Amino acid sequence: MAATGQLSARTARPLGLPVSPVTVLRIAIIVAVLVVWELTAASGLLYRDVVPSLGVIGTALYTTLKDPSFYLHLGITAYEIAIAMLIGGVSGLVVGILLGGSKFLARAYEAYLYYLGPCPKIIFFPIMIMWFGVGPGSKIAMGAVSCFFPVALNVAGGMREIDKVLIRVGRSFRANTWQMVTKIYLPAMRHPVINGVRLGLGVALIGTLLAETKLSNRGIGYLVIQAYSVFNMPQMYALLIILFVIAIGANSLIGWLGGLDTVKRA
Amino acid sequence: MTAAALANNRFVPPAVGVLSLLAAIALIELLIRVGVINRFIVPMPSDIIAAFPRVIVEENVLHRFLLTAAEAFSAGVLVTVFGVAGGVLLHRYRLLRLATETWVAAIAAAPLVLMYPLYLVIFGRSALTIVMMGFSAGLAPIILKTLEGLSGTRRVLINVGKSFNLSASQQFWKILFPAALPTIFVGLRLGLIFALINIVGVEFLINFGGLGQLINELAERYDLAGTYAAICFVILVSICVFILMERLERWLRPAN
Repeated sequence: MAATGQLSARTARPLGLPVSPVTVLRIAIIVAVLVVWELTAASGLLYRDVVPSLGVIGTALYTTLKDPSFYLHLGITAYEIAIAMLIGGVSGLVVGILLGGSKFLARAYEAYLYYLGPCPKIIFFPIMIMWFGVGPGSKIAMGAVSCFFPVALNVAGGMREIDKVLIRVGRSFRANTWQMVTKIYLPAMRHPVINGVRLGLGVALIGTLLAETKLSNRGIGYLVIQAYSVFNMPQMYALLIILFVIAIGANSLIGWLGGLDTVKRA
Repeated sequence: MTAAALANNRFVPPAVGVLSLLAAIALIELLIRVGVINRFIVPMPSDIIAAFPRVIVEENVLHRFLLTAAEAFSAGVLVTVFGVAGGVLLHRYRLLRLATETWVAAIAAAPLVLMYPLYLVIFGRSALTIVMMGFSAGLAPIILKTLEGLSGTRRVLINVGKSFNLSASQQFWKILFPAALPTIFVGLRLGLIFALINIVGVEFLINFGGLGQLINELAERYDLAGTYAAICFVILVSICVFILMERLERWLRPAN
């Protein structure tokens, strides 16, 4: 009912309007925000350049995207995040399967993961620097630690939701552990796994980039903090816009690839 | 005792968890003592435990804890007021909800903490930056959960209110809000956890404030045992806060 109501409100077009009221309101909000921004930039109420005009930000965005060195930094950050996702994701998957598959292990260890999961991971950065140095290793480690917890907890939860019939079918076919994981567990809990990877990507991105802002001479995080150091506000806004687009885009892409948008809810 | 009975035993699995943790700590201590692990990279667990009293007394941990708590409290009040109000507003005006709900969800998923250099410029290197960072991180989940709670109020309850000819204000305070309270509190718990994570994180990153700054200072002094002790302390504080929030949420949730 609610969905039908929403649909009708979205599609209902008052006479004379080529678009729905929702679209009109969205455009109005965006225009209002841009106008307020531009007026604030022009008013001089804030310190110069704290709120640069939209034209200046647009130029900075264009200059940043045109600069080949930006892609070098982007590549380094992407590499760090990819390796972090691989390490954190695979270890999270293994631990999640172990915890989800054994009630004893879950009762013995899951509480540690559950409570360590929401702790601010960036506080581990000094340890990571000591263990892995000031190069990409410590950033990868930060990303991996951040990514591990959501993946492990989601997989453990997903394992417990698997239909027991499927597990019995696998066992009746005398499937070995590897076959059980690849043919039964993973296909049956693909949605929790994808959801965990999605959450893991978000926190791995944050962990890696924050580590880059703290101590690095390469990567997008380094560029952001460098822009702050030299008070290049337009470039900082440009970099933040690019980062947000990449983060939200990657998040949506994983959800779409994993078919999360097609999950039927009871 | 069968495997199933062992897993269901009230004491055995948690005891195994604690004992294996202690065994791992003892193993690390041993490996450091025999020189397998470099003690200038990983301090001995016994040194970390010994550093606790020193860090607590010399580094004025209570004061730092209160500072972080004050920042978290300020951010908590802000996210509660603006988050719940935002959720109520979106519930009240359906068109606004349809236009902006996906935006709020996108903000909830966005890595807002990366904006801390921008906040540093706007608010300066002060507690305000930390509070505003916590506020920004915690706002969206509270808005979404408040909206979810209000929208999920059972139709029969709303009809009861209508049958009593309640005014819009009475309908909200006597029917909608109490019915949505458990879900709102789930949002508050999420929002406050996000706020706390960001507050400690930004304290560490900008080297200002309470517990986050403590870790940064000790690390910069290369006080290894102290750094590890401070990290353990922050983890313990975080865990205590999460448990407290969970208990509070369970207490508020109606026993149905």
